Amino acid sequence: MALTYEDLLTKYEPVLGLEVHVELGTKSKMFCGCSTNFGAEPNTQTCPVCLGLPGSLPVVNEKAIEYTIAIGLALNCSIAPYSRFARKNYFYPDMPKNFQTSQYDEPICSNGFLDISVETEDGMQDFRIEIERVHMEEDTGKSLHMGGAKGRIHGADYSLLDYNRAGIPLVEIVTKPVEGTGKLVPEVARACVAELRDILRALGVSDVKMEQGSLRCDANVSLRPIGESKFGTRSETKNVNSLRSVERAVRSELLRHGSLLIDGKRVIQETRHFHENTGETTSGRSKEQAEDYRYFPEPDLAPITPSKEFIEKIRSSLPEKPSIRRKRLQENWRVPDKEMAAMINADVLDLVAATVELGADPTRSRGWWLGEIARLANEREVSAGELPITPRDVFEIVSLIEAGELTDKLARQVVEGVINGEGRPKDIIESRGIKVVSDDSALSAAIEKAIAAQPEVAEKVRGGHIPAAGALIGTVMKETRGQADAAKVRELLLRHLGQG
Amino acid sequence: MIVNKSAMEMSQLLNNGEISSVDLTRAHLDRISEVDGQVKAFLFVDHDGALAQAELVDAKRRSGENLSPLAGVPLALKDVMTQRGIPTTCGSKMLEGWRPPYDSTVVTKLRSADVVILGKTNCDEFAMGSSTENSAYFPTRNPWDLTRIPGGSGGGSSASLASYEAPLAIGTDTGGSIRQPAAVTGTVGVKPTYGGVSRYGLVAFSSSLDQAGPCARTVLDVAYLHEAIAGHDPLDSTSINAPVPPIVAAAKDGNVKGMKIGVIKELQGDGYQPGVLKLFNQSLEELAKLGAEIVEVSCKYFDYALAAYYLIAPSECSSNLARFDAMRYGLRIGEGSAEEVMNSTRSAGFGKEVKRRIILGTYALSSGYYDAYYGSAQKVRTLISQDFKDAFEKVDVLVSPTAPTTAFKIGEKSNDPIAMYLNDIATIPTNLAGVCGMSLPSGLAEEDGLPAGFQIMAGAMKDDRLYKVGAALESALTKKWGGGILGKAPKLVAK
Repeated sequence: MALTYEDLLTKYEPVLGLEVHVELGTKSKMFCGCSTNFGAEPNTQTCPVCLGLPGSLPVVNEKAIEYTIAIGLALNCSIAPYSRFARKNYFYPDMPKNFQTSQYDEPICSNGFLDISVETEDGMQDFRIEIERVHMEEDTGKSLHMGGAKGRIHGADYSLLDYNRAGIPLVEIVTKPVEGTGKLVPEVARACVAELRDILRALGVSDVKMEQGSLRCDANVSLRPIGESKFGTRSETKNVNSLRSVERAVRSELLRHGSLLIDGKRVIQETRHFHENTGETTSGRSKEQAEDYRYFPEPDLAPITPSKEFIEKIRSSLPEKPSIRRKRLQENWRVPDKEMAAMINADVLDLVAATVELGADPTRSRGWWLGEIARLANEREVSAGELPITPRDVFEIVSLIEAGELTDKLARQVVEGVINGEGRPKDIIESRGIKVVSDDSALSAAIEKAIAAQPEVAEKVRGGHIPAAGALIGTVMKETRGQADAAKVRELLLRHLGQG
Repeated sequence: MIVNKSAMEMSQLLNNGEISSVDLTRAHLDRISEVDGQVKAFLFVDHDGALAQAELVDAKRRSGENLSPLAGVPLALKDVMTQRGIPTTCGSKMLEGWRPPYDSTVVTKLRSADVVILGKTNCDEFAMGSSTENSAYFPTRNPWDLTRIPGGSGGGSSASLASYEAPLAIGTDTGGSIRQPAAVTGTVGVKPTYGGVSRYGLVAFSSSLDQAGPCARTVLDVAYLHEAIAGHDPLDSTSINAPVPPIVAAAKDGNVKGMKIGVIKELQGDGYQPGVLKLFNQSLEELAKLGAEIVEVSCKYFDYALAAYYLIAPSECSSNLARFDAMRYGLRIGEGSAEEVMNSTRSAGFGKEVKRRIILGTYALSSGYYDAYYGSAQKVRTLISQDFKDAFEKVDVLVSPTAPTTAFKIGEKSNDPIAMYLNDIATIPTNLAGVCGMSLPSGLAEEDGLPAGFQIMAGAMKDDRLYKVGAALESALTKKWGGGILGKAPKLVAK
């Protein structure tokens, strides 16, 4: 019988570690002036420096240092007054110099923490995740393996190299081992990455798109027998490209480790690749024999020595922490935990906040973003933020509803129109001829017509059987092609039949 | 013969309209075709490019443009510096056929000074060696005696000067590769302060030690070339952002009266050829006669300089040379996976000495050995810098023989790397500390009649002091000899 997650927790304690790589959103690369735009023709954003041509030399992008310090400060790290770049030496064709300029024993930021909340049966539970270090490095190029076994280097006929990504500034954020989160490990992993993403987005240092690789997560997990203090053998899972995948990958790896250990087998220290379609991991590179990267201080670059004033200037311009902001919003909007969690999970919190900021009612704003818009996003398999509907559109729609110029039903048509790209709400109201029939005399005419057509139903209502009014209201709505306010129709109808 | 003149004399003739740059360039190209078959200083002669450039300078001069002092004067470029579109091999098979798509900053500066670049000179592969025998193409020969080495790694540049193929040359100096070739060919060369001349476009051997610098036949020529290539470069993060010292002015001044000159105790005695030491001491006497105060200084950690150097330089080279993997440019050998191609290309493309240093450096940096080797070497480096700092508190410049011996025979030390490495024993400390050094001729050694070098060292960004002392000594010695030392060299004639 297959091992269940609950079973393994009776014998083992999971330990988690995360390494998150973030592509910084600087205009130019880490050590040269080449553009960092995503999706350009291969090898068009390169120069002697990022191609590692003989004789070329790196020059540090100051903006990248500023961004990294901002990240460190946002993660409560201490910022080193003196840190150095180091060369990480290994051969790989997509790495132009066959060493990666990175940081080793002297990272720019260290010893911070990250506060997260995880939803449980008993409400939200808070955890503090310790951050080991935040350091800078350059990205590698990309290899495309062609022919043979699809996309894999083994069995490929040939490989193509694209160096547009080579030299893009990366920041690596490494957590300390996360212990004592028990069965919540997968959720904790997800919440960590989500929280980091929100912090980075608030800082404006990266576009943090997991699907485009600007935020990449490696999840390390291990199991140790309960009561044991020594860590078990870990695996490092790569290719985890969404928040959902982080949670699934961690759970799947823990189950795999558990099954091996319970069968008396051992876990191999290795890199694993996560597959979205199966939800499982497969073996990558073995790390049993630790690779010797022969790190040494990068002699081509001067040490990084940010002044106290520089650091304090960055600190004073840090935006509000997402966790604090969430608490503030929740209080202001008077939202229960569950609803708050729903907004976070659907990734619409910022959108709701922006809508409210324009002046819309928090409850109505939330209703639209979490309801109709989230539903349409789901249908299209994108996130709400990727739809062509903006907080301003939603604000306008909500305002029109409050002014009685739209009904909920009509508003849904407007939302759909905006999402279909037909224009802004006003354009759609005009082009689709949407308007609320609120003119009492026009409604009265439609109501009288409906009563005349269904006298027996009208009689029942007159006799006090109010639920029967539904059929008459339906007829009126049909007559007015749905443009009447149903509540208004109901009110007028009941008055007509002596029940108002 | 026009080619026997100094660069500044040529400059004078150009300025007076007595010769055109085209004629001057052609005279040097003719000299190259006459004698380079024997000397073998050049890996590539840019015949057409040089003449086209000379023509441009002549046109500028005719139109009355204000030109730099070196405008129209030809120069030989060591083949480790990139020049757009011109083959740059670093003396290695690994880069055979590679034409860089960009100019090194030194070349950019030479272009803006309107210097005419004749071609690329031979060197030990990736500048690793002291004899130019490690060139993957051919050894260069010493114009004083064609059976001897011209020094290294910049033997091509020094031999081109000594054989009058070029009046100016660019070298690079990681452990002595400008100064030791200058010493054994009777020419002048300067390793500037680390960061004084941009390294952008200098194919790296050891990044923290490499320094490009000027070479010529007279101290004043070297000074003009030095000023032309020096200065801060935003493309090189290790380049010093400070004004260039008044080098030409110092060379013209040449007054050592009241200067304190320190003789380094550790850089003489055992291992030094008696004739070389004798010339060194005679030079000191000349300087004393000119009013300098000569004192002895001890730099006790210099004894460990060679050992530290042969850990740091190979460590950095093992990383710097990793990029030669057949994937993007240069040599490609074999078929199969990327790893197989890298492996067979690197096995075939690198020479013995380069492989020796890559292996040494890889070992020194590997985990478990790092602290004992690379880490200790860095500590020694700090101590050597401290030695210099202490010494420069007592004296204005330090001096020593440049190399322990005169030029040895080709093949004599090829199988004994340690003997070869000892050639640089007096030049290496300067690189480790990032300070500056000059070598100029001290005379001909009595044992073999071959030139020896006198080395002057000064603190970081005190390069002007080298020129002050160098010019004074040069002037005194040439007076004594009745002309430049190269006048005593056997005449090379076309065969």
